[in-house]
Amino acid sequence: MAGDLVSTLADLKEKEALGIVQDRLSAGDDPLSILDDARRALEIVGKRFADSEYFIPDLVYSGEILKGITDMVKPKLAKAAEVKRLGKVVMGTVAGDIHDIGKDIVVFMLDVSGYEVYDLGVDVPAQKFVEKIKESGAPIVGLSGFLALAFDSMKETVEAIKAAGLRDKVKVMIGGGQMSEEIRKYTGADAYGKDAMAGVTLAQKWVGAK
Amino acid sequence: METRVSSPAKEVIIGDGQPTVLIGERINPAGKKKLAEALKAGNLEIVCREALAQAQAGADILDVSVGTFGVDEVTLLPQVVQAVMDTVDIPLCLDSANPEALEAALKVYKGKPLINSVTGEGHSLAKVLPLVKEYGAVVIGLVQDEEGIPKDSERRVAIAHKIVQRAEAAGIAREDIIIDCLASAVGADTSSGLAVIEAIRKIKAELGVNLTLGASNVSFGLPDRDLLNNAFVVMAVVAGVTCLIVDVAKVRPIILAADLVLASDKRARRYIEAYRQHHKQ
Ligand code: B12
Repeated sequence: MAGDLVSTLADLKEKEALGIVQDRLSAGDDPLSILDDARRALEIVGKRFADSEYFIPDLVYSGEILKGITDMVKPKLAKAAEVKRLGKVVMGTVAGDIHDIGKDIVVFMLDVSGYEVYDLGVDVPAQKFVEKIKESGAPIVGLSGFLALAFDSMKETVEAIKAAGLRDKVKVMIGGGQMSEEIRKYTGADAYGKDAMAGVTLAQKWVGAK
Repeated sequence: METRVSSPAKEVIIGDGQPTVLIGERINPAGKKKLAEALKAGNLEIVCREALAQAQAGADILDVSVGTFGVDEVTLLPQVVQAVMDTVDIPLCLDSANPEALEAALKVYKGKPLINSVTGEGHSLAKVLPLVKEYGAVVIGLVQDEEGIPKDSERRVAIAHKIVQRAEAAGIAREDIIIDCLASAVGADTSSGLAVIEAIRKIKAELGVNLTLGASNVSFGLPDRDLLNNAFVVMAVVAGVTCLIVDVAKVRPIILAADLVLASDKRARRYIEAYRQHHKQ
């Protein structure tokens, strides 16, 4: 009988967590329910971090374990999910900023919610966003940033999208530690999302509306 | 190698065999909401209080930075520098990534200041080095370039070479260049502390320049930060760092102890004096 993935992952027991995933996959468990448990575990990690119970190495480690889990689950997921890909999203942490823990969670959540996410990584120049939007035709762009300097990078990215003539083809959402509705106005983006769930909700709203 | 900086009445010498010079880091709005709000409102009272407190805690030099969202550094930096000069008479380290703000601050500064900083990036070298030369200042070179902050020690050393070479070509003497090897958070990458210590050793051996370090970054995002900071600054000083950008009140005791052990406090004058001061209170 497999142990509880949520608490095992939240307690950062890598070996045990991967073992549980393996057992559940072998037992023919639904890959999506595994990812949903992982998501709940990460919420606990985030909460413990906010409460100063966990620290940066814990966050980084939780991300590593999560990656191990997704790598195991993804191959099984591919067939099931391809049918119901809801839409494409281009995501990245903006120029000058290398914080990726929050962005990775948003990417993960969008991914398991059925979106095809193009993750451009960190310190992404405005032009790279533009290129990817053109290439993929994605109607949604997610900009992540944690530093004060990211405010300007976001603004520049939105301007670059506009300059490329793509502004009315995409909806832009922003998020990350220091972001707020006030910053959203400054950057010219369409919406601010306070957490990964908000990102998913926004994406749902936007693809639904199109 | 001796680096000299000065205020109207005070000269500070940075070099081997000298006590480690402490540069107070606290006049900097990053991560300090109250200070950031006050700066935006043009209220310089907190700044002056902070300047005085750091000087009393034994800071030899004060770093002055006003960089935060919503602040016009070109106007504000010289004002804050003036206010600090009117409050304490010790040398200052003018801190901005904006060359125009640096120039505006250099215009009001009296003495030979530190400039924090130039990086290995082309645009930074081209704009900051001529200012250092023109105003006869000392410059801190950060070992980062277009590709960001290096992960390993090799690239840190290579960027240090580039900065020194470009500065000397611009007519700046080697003693007026100080290299900062850029401490990064060991919490995010547990091998980064060692890379910094190795870079310090190599740069010292290959270039002979004075070295500084904004040390508090090392403990970013970890519990018991003071413990880590203290371990790190001692290792940095042993490896060759001759001045530190730190929270002076917290770091000075361990540095006095390290300086004594490393023979830069003859007859333990500084160490014992600090002990007496402490026990008078
Ligand atoms: C972890 C961390 C780091 C790690 C990053 C590791 C990594 N791989 O990401 C390391 C140590 C490398 C780091 C470095 C630095 N950091 Co840092 N860092 C943090 C810290 C502690 C946590 C951020 C985090 O990951 N939180 C965890 C995530 C999961 O939480 P979250 O924000 O709630 O994420 C959710 C939402 O934001 C949202 N979201 C995120 N992106 C998006 C995008 C969209 C579209 C949507 C809808 C939602 C969304 O969804 C997420 C999941 O629900 C914060 C302080 C803090 N407590 O926030 C500082 C902080 C962000 N860092 C800061 C600083 C200053 C730095 C450094 C400059 C430090 C230095 N002096 O060297 C460097 C900068 C390097 C660079 N160029 O980017 C400052 C920023 C201050 C400022 N105003 O600019 C902060 C605020 C700390 C502080 N108080 O000073 N940092």
